[in-house]
Amino acid sequence: MRIAKSWKMGINYLFLAVIGILMIYPLLWMISASFKTNNEIFSSINLLPKEIMYNGYADGWRGSGQYSFGLYFSNTFLLVIPTVLLTVLSSLLVAYGFARFRFRGKKVLFALVIASLMLPNEVVIIPRYMVFNSLGWLNTYLPFIIPAAFATYSFFIFMLVQYIRSIPRELDESARIDGCNSFRILTDIILPLTKPAIISVIIFQFVWRWNDFLNALIYISSVRKYPVSLALRMSLDVTDTITWNQTMSMSVLSMLPPVLLFFLAQKYFVEGISTTGLKG
Amino acid sequence: MRKRLRIRQLKYRAEDQRSGYLYILPWLIGFLAFQLYPFLASFVYSFTDFSVLKPMKFVGLQNYRRMFTADRLFWTSLKATVLYVLMAVPGKLIFSLFIAMVLNMKLKFINFFRTIYYLPSILGGSVAISILWRFLFSRDGTVNSFLNTLGIGSIDWLGSPNLALGTMGLLVIWQFGSSMVLFLAGLKNIPQELYEAARVDGAGRVKTFVKITLPMLSPVIFFNLIMQMINAFKEFNAPYLITQGGPLNSTYLYGVMLYENAFTYLKMGYASAQSWVLFAIIMGFTALTFKSSPYWTYYEDGGEF
Repeated sequence: MRIAKSWKMGINYLFLAVIGILMIYPLLWMISASFKTNNEIFSSINLLPKEIMYNGYADGWRGSGQYSFGLYFSNTFLLVIPTVLLTVLSSLLVAYGFARFRFRGKKVLFALVIASLMLPNEVVIIPRYMVFNSLGWLNTYLPFIIPAAFATYSFFIFMLVQYIRSIPRELDESARIDGCNSFRILTDIILPLTKPAIISVIIFQFVWRWNDFLNALIYISSVRKYPVSLALRMSLDVTDTITWNQTMSMSVLSMLPPVLLFFLAQKYFVEGISTTGLKG
Repeated sequence: MRKRLRIRQLKYRAEDQRSGYLYILPWLIGFLAFQLYPFLASFVYSFTDFSVLKPMKFVGLQNYRRMFTADRLFWTSLKATVLYVLMAVPGKLIFSLFIAMVLNMKLKFINFFRTIYYLPSILGGSVAISILWRFLFSRDGTVNSFLNTLGIGSIDWLGSPNLALGTMGLLVIWQFGSSMVLFLAGLKNIPQELYEAARVDGAGRVKTFVKITLPMLSPVIFFNLIMQMINAFKEFNAPYLITQGGPLNSTYLYGVMLYENAFTYLKMGYASAQSWVLFAIIMGFTALTFKSSPYWTYYEDGGEF
């Protein structure tokens, strides 16, 4: 019986490990390719490069056009960081309003938040483009930053409302009796307790904005303002014979910020998901 | 005394109302300006012929008529998109549920596996991964080199109209981590007593799965189904970056068609009409799922909340 059981466990682990390797293999391959020469990428399927070459990184970083990847990375941070911070700020205020106050029409308004979750971006993208065009915001980062300041990412409002609802109201009440106004309650009581959910919002929004390609493609036209996603696409288009080792190196670098953030905040992230997820 | 109490309560409410509206004000402005207005505007646009360069001209139902009767590419794209959704969404859900169930078996190092499996979901939508996919599955790419060493021979993953869409589906299934995490949380919430009772009754594995796990998990399945379906209908990065819609338009998914009509050919009225058709299709599928859900989803509180 015991032996049979440990056999079964062994098979489970083997299975999980095989799946894990399949999942991670493309990523490992990409890292290894970034250290290979262009010829070796095609000729060998070994994971370990014959000789570790840094050319891909050095040449890739310099870029093929007038600008280096340094510029593209700093562009991406200039776009992503304000967007993420404003998303957190605005979504938290709005979620607090929905979770803790009774006002007329609240149910209908919250239903609209949920409904807009299902509204595909594709439907609103053309009129938004026209609005941003008439405001003179094209080829700036404002089409990303300003909507974030107005809590347009309803998914995060929903997530935070669910989380704040699970915080006992008695805490608010006792603070109110101590003379705190509602804003102090938000900053001193709700905010610290909502930390895991806020960190999930930061991770999700950072990763989504960092990876975003379609919106960047539509709104950003001059190479000088390109974020990394557009710059990578450019490296595919510019040359007929793609220098794969350079493209791979820059792709690996482009994945580092989201991956690092994910690993750093992982503990909170899992906690945030499993409590906001679907328990309601 | 009683009257005064009521007045105080009312006053509290007024204060509550004011602060409530104040806190949700940013959303209200954002909703009106960046969601509701564009939503209605694109409906109006869909009856016009216009672009950034051209003044607006009302053309009645012409856009819709052209789409359904004259535009061959529209039907090609719609067919490819539906096929893609039917392939990628069930594939991803079944795979992620299966892995979540294995992970749920009280094994050690679960956190480690969960992290590894989640990683592709963090990166999946990025240009970098599309580049990687394009390389791995190219004619002389790594997957084929690997198959060659096994003696199987090369397969034209992205060059053959029959396979390209499936290769793209693999990319979606590879990003199964996010649905897996939700399934895992759902599985943790199923009371163990149910399984014990089933064991006492002598129910087999399949029966336990069908009679306990699936019904208890149905709200999570429902949520995942809708979310993944909406995402699959909108897919843009992979078909645009990996195959540019080819070969023979076999991966010319709806998102790519919309983008090209609106921003490459600048047919913004026509693209708006197409975006509304997409919206109608998504709503139709969602409504269908919602409508069928009482038959297959189980809520402990009877669905009221």
